[in-house]
Amino acid sequence: MSQAGGQKPAANRMTLQTFKARLGGASKGFKLLKKKRDALKAKFQVIFRPAFKILSPTCSRRLHLPALLKEIVDTKLKVGEGLKDGAFSLAKAHYASSGDDIASTVIERAKRPSITTKLYPDNVAGVSIPLFKMSYDASKDSSAQTLGVACGGAVINAARETYRKAVVSLVKLASLQTAFHTLDEEIKMTSRRVNALEYVLIPRIEDIIHYITQEMDEQAREEFFRVKKVGRGCASSSSPSLKTEVVEKKKVKLQKEKDEMAAAGKRTEAAIDAPSMLATKKDEDLIF
Amino acid sequence: MVKTKFVTQSDMKIGLIGDEDTVTGMLLAGIGHVDGQGKKNFLVVDSKVHIKDIEEHFHELTARKDISMILITQDCAELIRRAVDEFSHSAQMIPTVLEIPSKDTPYDPRKDGVMQRVAFFMPSAMASLGVEI
Repeated sequence: MSQAGGQKPAANRMTLQTFKARLGGASKGFKLLKKKRDALKAKFQVIFRPAFKILSPTCSRRLHLPALLKEIVDTKLKVGEGLKDGAFSLAKAHYASSGDDIASTVIERAKRPSITTKLYPDNVAGVSIPLFKMSYDASKDSSAQTLGVACGGAVINAARETYRKAVVSLVKLASLQTAFHTLDEEIKMTSRRVNALEYVLIPRIEDIIHYITQEMDEQAREEFFRVKKVGRGCASSSSPSLKTEVVEKKKVKLQKEKDEMAAAGKRTEAAIDAPSMLATKKDEDLIF
Repeated sequence: MVKTKFVTQSDMKIGLIGDEDTVTGMLLAGIGHVDGQGKKNFLVVDSKVHIKDIEEHFHELTARKDISMILITQDCAELIRRAVDEFSHSAQMIPTVLEIPSKDTPYDPRKDGVMQRVAFFMPSAMASLGVEI
């Protein structure tokens, strides 16, 4: 990836292809992410299906989110109601237990929870959201069973039931809240990525491609101009030099021949003027 | 990309921070848990408890892996509002923090961080909650 600042890539066809491919990938990804973000946003608002079902994990895990927000609001109200009832029944239990402080007993006796939650990952529009399912195990309830033995047992049991119902809706609310929170985070991340692609990455790649095409055009023009120049030079300016070269060569050749001829002429004269061998003259030594 | 894959986990507890009555009621229902080292998943907040202790307990609960959600009454949440908000804005999904009304204070959706986000998307939410509760 080209860094910010002056480091530009080499302007040749290969890099152009690379960057074009990158641009294609980026725009495809951008379109997909945009679709994902819009789908996620839609999950928030639109009413999907009338029933809110959390199916058991053995069946297909499709969470139907009818107007997630509306559901949250409704469940919050229900929770409020449930807790109010619970508090009321607890007050009754206090009253019924006539003086015995059941609160501290309850708090002390708490050992093993009879209500536990299970965490299931579910998939909504490609986002993995956690779901809670409450499981109530009556067998572990023993710690509080003996509470109201002396007096007010029924009321205490009633209070327990009310609170248990409140916890059910609380768990449901927790599920919705996490779903909302997770989707919110996911939308934020996807939006960020969409914006980054749209306003930073794709313009940058387009800039680079633009620069590369510019450079390549310039290079082509330079090349073309150079070739033209050279061609013209061959036709006019560079040929005199060739001619003179040739002429020079010819001249030299001619000169040589002349010299040779001259030398040869001298020798023929010498041949005619050569004294007879009978005349006594000292011959010169032949030195090679 | 923060791709958190949630693993199926069973046997998760419910944390609880609240006043005595709320805690009593919830414990009656059966969410109380004390483990081998005496660590409880609930905290009774009365006038004697320091805010620092509440905050510490809250952080303890959020760090625990076996707690799926934390119930906290709105007055306790007000006391440690900073810590609660910080956690809500972090990317951690588990445990969820649920603000519940207590006996004395009715539920105020304006203070609940989650409800503020909901109202952002659905402006009528505040009205329906503000009017009815």
